[in-house]
Amino acid sequence: MAAPLLEVRDLRVEFPSRRGTLTALDGISFAIAPGEVLGMVGESGAGKSMTGAAVIGLLEPPGRIAGGEIRLAGERIDNLPYERLRRLRGKRIGAIFQDPLTTLNPLYSVGRQLSETMLTHLPISPAEARRRAIGWLEQVGIPAAARRIDSYPHEFSGGMRQRVVIALALCAEPDLVIADEPTTALDVSIQAQVIALLKRLAREQGTAMLLITHDMGVIAETADRVAVMYAGRIVEIGPVRDVVKAPRHPYSAGLMAAIPPLAARIERLAQIEGAMPRLAAIPPGCAFNPRCPQVFARCRDARPVLRPAGASQAACWLYDDPAGGGVHG
Amino acid sequence: MTAFILARLLQAVPVVLTVALISFLMFTYVGDPVAIMLGQDFTEQQRTQLIHELGLDQPILMQFARFVGNALRGEFGLSYRLSRPVAELIAERAPATLELAGCAALFALALGLPMGVYTGLYRNSWLSRVFLTFSLIGVSLPTFLIGILLILVFSVWLGWLPSFGRGDTVQLGWWSTGLLTLSGLKALVLPSITLGLFQLTLIMRLVRAEMLEVLRTDYIKFARARGLTDRAINFGHALKNTLVPVITIAGLQLGGIIAFAIVTETVFQWPGMGLLFIQSVGVADIPVMAAYLLLIALVFVAINLIVDLLYYAVDPRLRIGRGGH
Repeated sequence: MAAPLLEVRDLRVEFPSRRGTLTALDGISFAIAPGEVLGMVGESGAGKSMTGAAVIGLLEPPGRIAGGEIRLAGERIDNLPYERLRRLRGKRIGAIFQDPLTTLNPLYSVGRQLSETMLTHLPISPAEARRRAIGWLEQVGIPAAARRIDSYPHEFSGGMRQRVVIALALCAEPDLVIADEPTTALDVSIQAQVIALLKRLAREQGTAMLLITHDMGVIAETADRVAVMYAGRIVEIGPVRDVVKAPRHPYSAGLMAAIPPLAARIERLAQIEGAMPRLAAIPPGCAFNPRCPQVFARCRDARPVLRPAGASQAACWLYDDPAGGGVHG
Repeated sequence: MTAFILARLLQAVPVVLTVALISFLMFTYVGDPVAIMLGQDFTEQQRTQLIHELGLDQPILMQFARFVGNALRGEFGLSYRLSRPVAELIAERAPATLELAGCAALFALALGLPMGVYTGLYRNSWLSRVFLTFSLIGVSLPTFLIGILLILVFSVWLGWLPSFGRGDTVQLGWWSTGLLTLSGLKALVLPSITLGLFQLTLIMRLVRAEMLEVLRTDYIKFARARGLTDRAINFGHALKNTLVPVITIAGLQLGGIIAFAIVTETVFQWPGMGLLFIQSVGVADIPVMAAYLLLIALVFVAINLIVDLLYYAVDPRLRIGRGGH
């Protein structure tokens, strides 16, 4: 892998609460190379979105980064002063949110929102910003962009609004985009279009992407590598083909088994018994042990860390045996 | 846009007519104008003649039509108490009330808005706590008490500001203004604060609540994720989204300020319409009361129209279905 664009090492996010400190993210480490798409999957509450929020420094208070470091192109960004971090957001790291119906300000025209973003970050004139705004609307596939630039968000459909959001995330030409469930709120028929658009633009601009979703289909189609999260930790990370075809961690295996196959007719979808623990009640040892079909004594005593397993890395005691694939590490 | 204004004006007609009916009925049911005008000694013939002259023997609908017709021409008859045309009396007093109401509204908005924004943004700072405590006082103290306390402190103890009247006024055509002389301006201070304090605290609390609401929305988070400056986010994106409810309340409050200047004008012996009204109520001077009621109704109608127009200026979503903007 080339020198990573984004490098997250041992990230730990805590929420001080009345009943003690809750650890929402623990020991999160991953890297994204320039132009690479890293998918991040997991159940709701696993910490996917929070990882994204931590990277752009927009954790909801009282949440805070309690340990580890985040580097963008080698430079630490997790401890930057507020103003320098603000300049980074939008300019070097763009963000796409889940619900396009609520992410655009209803009182400003889309052209104004685009121009204002570009004028904040790029040394260009208002006229140039407007010209580029029209260009961006064309790029994201808004028909009659020159006429639609002065339209307000409510005059666009949900899919069109998400295209505008994508334009907003990319218009200052960031190196990295964090796309948090970019298609979840859209109609199924629109989802594929939006994903294709994101993929195409990211490739054209050479933008790396952290794609957060719970939709394995989207990941399989878009991502180069994938990280599986469970209860605030990464349990498996590896090339998308390996993780989908040959998941190592029993949790990833359960996730993949829960995807309905297109060809076969099945009576009932496979499911993982039980539910993910709440933050305040994470069991000792491996957080997945109460639900794991392959659980053994060690899983209840000690917490596994990521170890090479095939072409991927998995945090599971099953792969502690050096014969399990350490050679590839 | 013109069609919209016309439609709104048409909708206002029933409102104004209803108020007109109420003011008209006062003539019939509050006191007896004939008895008031005749005094102690009169003959039956004088009585019938006066009733005939006043048109009181005509059918009630005819009387009402005549009342509305006269009102449209600004003709409200003679004040029983002062024996002068009511229209003239009101025109004389209106500038005082409007200047007072204008200053009070300006005071309430100019301080209430920024204080609301500040307390919304920094809700845990000590200054926010001071503002909120202060606003509780503003909301809960009755107007007359605030006025009296202000007079006690600034007129009696400190002697800085006058305790009553308008000071020197300058005549500009029919409009008498106190804004151009030092004593006029000084006289405005205490009544404006008294009248505007409640509105100030109301606007501040409203803006604060709206700001807290708006700052939680996705589009504000997205604006932060786009790296916009705090100023653009707080005063552009957030404040503008709080404005629709604020305009509504501020508009209604401005109407309220004009209509309920009565108490403040009484406390400060301010020679405005409110004082005229309260003096008229004392002696059942019905023409003045009727005209005042109608005028206030018109003020409310006008303010509501302006508020509606401001909605359209602020919120593009409301412009739908009216041929764009």
